[in-house]
Amino acid sequence: MAFEGLSERLQKAFSGLRRKGKVTEADVRDSMREIRLALLEADVNFGVVKEFVKNVREKAVGAEVLESLSPAQQIIKIVNDELTATMGEAAVPLNKSPHIPTIIMMVGLQGAGKTTTVGKLSKRLIQQEKARPLLIAADVYRPAAIDQLQVVGKSVGVPVFEMGTDTDPREIVRQGLAQAALQHNDYVIIDTAGRLQIDEKLMTELADIKDIAHPNEILLVVDSMTGQAATDVAKGFDERLDITGVVLTKLDGDTRGGAALSIRKVTGKPIKFIGQGEKMDALDVFYPDRMANRILGMGDMLTLIDKAQQNFDEKQATEMADKIKENTFDFNDFLDQMAQVQSMGPMEDIMKMIPGMANNPAMKNFKMDPKDIAHMKAIVYSMTPAEREQPDLLNPSRRRRLAAGSGRPIVEVNRMIKQFNASKKMMNQMYKGNFQGMEGLMGGGVKGRLGKMAMNSMIKKQKKNKKKRLKHAKNFKS
Amino acid sequence: MGLFDRIKKAFTGEPETPETEKYDAGLEKSRTTFSERLNALFANFRTVDEDFFDDLEEMLIEADVGFQTAVDLTDSLREEVKLQNVKKPQEVAQVIVQKLVDLYGEAGENEDNTLHYADDSQGPTVFLFVGVNGAGKTTTVGKLAHQLKDQGKSVLLAACDTFRAGAIEQLQEWGRRDGVPVVAKEAGSDPASVVFDAVKQAKADNVDVLLVDTAGRLQNKVNLMKELDKIKRVIVRELPEAPQEVLLVLDATTGQNALSQAKQFNETTDISGIVLTKLDGTGKGGIVLAIRNELHVPVKLAGLGEGMDDLQVFDPTKFAYGLFKGLIDDPEK
Repeated sequence: MAFEGLSERLQKAFSGLRRKGKVTEADVRDSMREIRLALLEADVNFGVVKEFVKNVREKAVGAEVLESLSPAQQIIKIVNDELTATMGEAAVPLNKSPHIPTIIMMVGLQGAGKTTTVGKLSKRLIQQEKARPLLIAADVYRPAAIDQLQVVGKSVGVPVFEMGTDTDPREIVRQGLAQAALQHNDYVIIDTAGRLQIDEKLMTELADIKDIAHPNEILLVVDSMTGQAATDVAKGFDERLDITGVVLTKLDGDTRGGAALSIRKVTGKPIKFIGQGEKMDALDVFYPDRMANRILGMGDMLTLIDKAQQNFDEKQATEMADKIKENTFDFNDFLDQMAQVQSMGPMEDIMKMIPGMANNPAMKNFKMDPKDIAHMKAIVYSMTPAEREQPDLLNPSRRRRLAAGSGRPIVEVNRMIKQFNASKKMMNQMYKGNFQGMEGLMGGGVKGRLGKMAMNSMIKKQKKNKKKRLKHAKNFKS
Repeated sequence: MGLFDRIKKAFTGEPETPETEKYDAGLEKSRTTFSERLNALFANFRTVDEDFFDDLEEMLIEADVGFQTAVDLTDSLREEVKLQNVKKPQEVAQVIVQKLVDLYGEAGENEDNTLHYADDSQGPTVFLFVGVNGAGKTTTVGKLAHQLKDQGKSVLLAACDTFRAGAIEQLQEWGRRDGVPVVAKEAGSDPASVVFDAVKQAKADNVDVLLVDTAGRLQNKVNLMKELDKIKRVIVRELPEAPQEVLLVLDATTGQNALSQAKQFNETTDISGIVLTKLDGTGKGGIVLAIRNELHVPVKLAGLGEGMDDLQVFDPTKFAYGLFKGLIDDPEK
C-alpha cells in the first residue's frame, strides 16, 4: 500500500514527542527533520518539502502549541492539515461538457498507463452513468498500441475508432469525433501516444489535437513511482497543454507515492483518479483528505467504508444483520462475508486500511494468498446444509469427512472452524459496540485512540445504515 | 582515463581531453541547472551552518543521486567540516568532490558492464527481461533483437507477456520489423509454457540468442513474482547454463521505489544486470548508483531514445561524469 513507509517514519518522528509532556523548540526542530527526510525519501519534490516543513514549523513553534497539554497531538494535527492542504482540499470530479459528447484526452510519458486507464475510466463511466463512450486510438507510433486499445475496449464493451498507423493522429481525431457525433456518443476518450514533455515535435502534435478536439478534460497520467522528475513532467505537460487533471497509476505497488504530494503543489491541478490494480475496475477517486489520514497512519476508514458500501449487496447485508442480531451467524454468512471481502481487493491491502494496522509490526509481512480463501470455501462447500447452519454439529468424524471432501489437511479444517468462531464472536461484539479484547489490535497511545475513534465511527455509520435499511424494508412491506 | 582522474584534473586545472566531451547528447537536458544550483547555493551562504547542509542535501536529492547517498554524503560532510574546521562554502566544495570520489570510486571497481553469452557447447544464450509495468521491457527486447541481428547473430523472441492487452502483438510487430521469429501463444496462456516452447525451438533451430519478454509486474505482488520464478525454473531445467543474463528493466524517471524493485526482483530471479530506459527524458536515473552501492548490480544497457539504435551499452564512468559534471567543473568558480 502506498505511503505506509511515510506513515512509519512520521510516527517514529512523533513517538519521541509523544512521551514528553512539554515540547521545546529543539524537539520540534528534531521532529521536523524527520518529517523532512521522510517526505524526501518518499520522492516528494524537494521544493514542496521545503515549503511544507517551513509551514509546519512556523505553526508548531507557536506559543499555543508548546503550552497546550498535548503538543504531540497538536503537531500531528498541523501536519495532517498541511498535508491535506498541499494535496488539495476536496475530491475533484470529472469536468463535463454541457452538451454531449464530453471529450477526454489522455496524455503522459511512455509506459505511464494511459491505455489501461482509458479502459478503467470507460468501465467506471458505464457502471456509474450508463455512458456510451467511444475510444479514439491516436497512438500510431508504438507497435500494437491500437491492438492493445482494441482488446481493452472489447473487455469493457466499448467501441474503438481507429484508422491504422499510417494516418496522422490529428486526422484520426478529427474523423473519430465526426463518428462520435454521428453515433451520439456521450463520452469520447482519446488515447494518445506516450511522449517526453521535452519532445517538441510530439508536443506540438498534442497541442494540435487539443485545438481540434477542444477537450473538456485533459488528464495527465503519471506513474506513482516517479521520482523527483514528476514535477518536471507535470510542469512540462501543463505549460504546453494546460492540463485539467492528473491520474496517478500503479499505486498498488509499494511506492510511497510522493509524486501525489508534489504534482498538485507544483501545477495547481487536481489529482482526479488513482489506479490501484490491473483489473478494469481498479480505478478510484482521489480523496486528498483520506490520503493525508493514510499518511499519518490513521488508516483510510472512509475508503474502506466506501468500498464496502459499493460491494456489499444491500439485501444480503440486511439479511446478515438480522442473523447477527439473532446470533445465528453461520457458515453460509461466513462464505458470503468472505466473498464480499474478496471483492474489495487483496486482503493485505484492506487490512492495512484499518487504523493501526499499517505500521503494526506483525502486519509487516502479512500476505494473504487469494487461494486461502478458495480453500476455505472448498471446506464450507463440503459441508451438509445442516452443518452450515449449525456449526456445533461439527464433531471430529465430520471434520475428517470435510478434510477428505475438500482435499485439505485436517489441521486446516480445524483452523478454519476456529477462525469462523472468532469471526462470529467479533461480529457480535462489534455490533454491540464492545471493543474489549480488540485494544491490542489498535495499539496504544494517541494512535490507538484515533484508531478506536475511527473504528467506532465506522460501526456507528454501519449501524445507522442498517437501521435505515431495516426501516426502509418495513415501510416497503406495509 | 578514469572519472576520478578527470575530477582531480578539474582541480589542478589541466585542460579536458576532447574525447570526454563526446558523451553528453543523451543526458544534455538533465544537467543544465545543476551547476547553477550549486553556485546559487554557495552564493547564498556566507557560513556553513545547518541550513546550508539542508540545502545541500536537497540539491543532491534533486540531482537524483539517491536519497540514502545524499543523506550519507551530507552527514559525512558535517563530520569532515567539523574535523577540518572549514568555515567557507567554497572550501566545502572541495570536500564534496572528495567524498563523491570515495563513495563511488570503490563501489564501481571491478564492475562488469558487459552482456554474457553462452559458450558454443552450451547451446543458445538466454536473456530474461523482468520489470514493473510500463518500464519498457518489450521495446528493449525489440531494440536488442535488432542490434544482435545486425551483429550477425540468429535471434528468437519469446512472448511471455500473455497478460497485458496487445503485448503479444507488440512483440510480434517488433519481430516483423527486425525480421526475427517470435514464439507466442494466445493471450492468457501460461507464460511458463510459452518459454518452454521457445527454449525447445531455440535448441532445435540452433539459434544464438533467445530473448524472453515477460509481463510487467509490481514487485509486491507475491503470486506474480512466483510466476516469474516459475518461468526462470523452466529455463534452468531445459538449459542448465541459462539464463546467461536476467535483466531488470528500469525506468530512469523512477524514484526511490527503484531500490525496492531491484531488491525484490533480485530475490526472485537473481538479476544480473539493469537496463536503464528513458534516459533521454528529465529522469537522470541516479538511483542506479544507490542500487549499485547496495546490491552491486551493474547497469548493462541504456535506452537513450526511441530509435532502433538508441539502446546502448552502458558506460558507468561516462554516466557518473554526466551526473556530476556540473559539480566537477564548477568548484573553482
